[in-house]
Amino acid sequence: MTATVRVTSKGVPRYSRNERVTHWIVTITFFLLALSGLAFFHPAFWPLTALLGGGVWSRILHPYIGIVMFLAFGLMGLRYWRENIIQPFDREWGKRLPDIINNRDEGLPEIDKYNLGQKQLFWAMVVTMLLLLASGVVLWRDLTAFPVAAIRIAAVVHALAAFVLMLGIIVHVYSAIFWVKGSMRAMTLGTVSRSWARHHHPLWYRRVAGKE
Amino acid sequence: MNMQSLNLDKRSATTTQPPDVRVAEVPVAKLIDISKCIGCKACQVACMEWNDLRDEIGINVGSYENPRDLSAESWTVMRFAEYQRENGDMEWLIRKDGCMHCADPGCLKACPAPGAIVKYSNGVVDFISENCVGCGYCIAGCPFNVPRISSIDNKAYKCSLCSDRVSVGLEPACVKACPTGCIQFGSKVDMIARGKKRVGDLKERGVQTAALYDPPGVGGTHVMYVLPRGDAPERYSGLPADPSISPWVAVWKGVSKPLLSAGLGLAVLGAFFHFVTRGPKEEHADEEEEKQ
Ligand code: HEM
Ligand code: SF4
Ligand code: SF4
Repeated sequence: MTATVRVTSKGVPRYSRNERVTHWIVTITFFLLALSGLAFFHPAFWPLTALLGGGVWSRILHPYIGIVMFLAFGLMGLRYWRENIIQPFDREWGKRLPDIINNRDEGLPEIDKYNLGQKQLFWAMVVTMLLLLASGVVLWRDLTAFPVAAIRIAAVVHALAAFVLMLGIIVHVYSAIFWVKGSMRAMTLGTVSRSWARHHHPLWYRRVAGKE
Repeated sequence: MNMQSLNLDKRSATTTQPPDVRVAEVPVAKLIDISKCIGCKACQVACMEWNDLRDEIGINVGSYENPRDLSAESWTVMRFAEYQRENGDMEWLIRKDGCMHCADPGCLKACPAPGAIVKYSNGVVDFISENCVGCGYCIAGCPFNVPRISSIDNKAYKCSLCSDRVSVGLEPACVKACPTGCIQFGSKVDMIARGKKRVGDLKERGVQTAALYDPPGVGGTHVMYVLPRGDAPERYSGLPADPSISPWVAVWKGVSKPLLSAGLGLAVLGAFFHFVTRGPKEEHADEEEEKQ
């Protein structure tokens, strides 16, 4: 984040304790929301209502969990938006997408703390979270009373926004856990290895490490 | 209410055909001949009596309407509309409002809870309240603005067409109570014939605008009206002229369900096969890195 962090033998600090806690709150609430929401979306997923204690409890709890997720994500949004502004070198990096997908990472343009895919996911999350909140509040019959016409539109918007967000998260989770080895510890321990930082985010590495 | 001989044409949030082998069941219909209605509300009383419902006692707001609207406790209400013609004449248009028992019910299409809404093979659309989760999607799905969520138990309610009475060969309670014979009950075929005959009679007597209301946009209904002003159904407190399931509901509960679900499945498979074919981006140990 800032140039004050210290690169130690334990690695390069990437996320503070508070940042990690916020991220995992968003993750846990997201999964509860996605699974309970899917249960309402398609009958094939109805058994997932068991996760929150049945259909009625899913209906009651889903919106409250949504508010928690939105607030937690709001903190992340405020923390990270600057670092997610798309730069010219990101576009250059993006042109090498076929190579990146095929793990031919030699000679990629140097990028900062986040790559183009991460930045695009960030903005997609900002937009879909706002849409989910707005449409979710309209659907929230327990506390609100919107006209039927608005509720019909909100239902479609909510389902579409949730779909886009879930697609994004599938890619995000796959990259973090399975694809790009060494990423996971950024959100568990809070640090990444120097090798990881230099390979995947060289501009950021030099910025925080102040060397090379 | 679960009947042993449950025979279902449709069942909410169910992707396969529910039990429906008893093909000899006759589709039924209630015919409400508005030209014979005197607005006495015997049907309203019979409904609350038979179904053990008691709505809150309202206040007089200068209209015969009481209660003012359908509710979880009032499954049918009489609507009284005063319509002024261009020449100054008044029309007093009374309509018994309630569930129309659509052949293609928007409530059932929208409901996410398996078996919370069923359509029996005789055409009656019924809410099976023990399966209801109280989400209110049925309200969004209904083109007639009929279902209501109870503030007591958060379940959705509406007219059941007295499915319990009909299943044992009785007519609905409102039909039994109506003193003028305005509400009739029988097979849908008979009721259409009777309705058409009545429309013919009315036309003969000078009511040229009379019509039978059995809107095709929802596949027809198992509650039909004979409307003296059949040319302008909206005058009867907003009865829609050409009701159909909203396109938003059709998209939400139609194409989007299988399409988006398949999209998510493919994304997961895509990730899996990427891993299997391309493998991970390995990480070098810091020491190796330094040596290079
Ligand atoms: C931002 C705050 C959110 C609020 C206030 C909210 C609220 C709601 C409400 C009131 C419903 C109606 C059904 C119910 O009560 O369970 C609903 C349905 C749903 N929610 Fe959310 N939600 C939010 C976030 C999310 C998120 C993050 C996801 C998934 C990624 C999601 C996925 C869904 C889905 C798939 C449905 C079913 C829609 C349908 O039936 O088509 N929601 N939401
Ligand atoms: S009138 Fe509304 S509640 Fe009744 S069957 Fe039709 S869609 Fe369902
Ligand atoms: S409120 Fe009940 S009946 Fe209506 S859509 Fe939801 S689960 Fe189905």
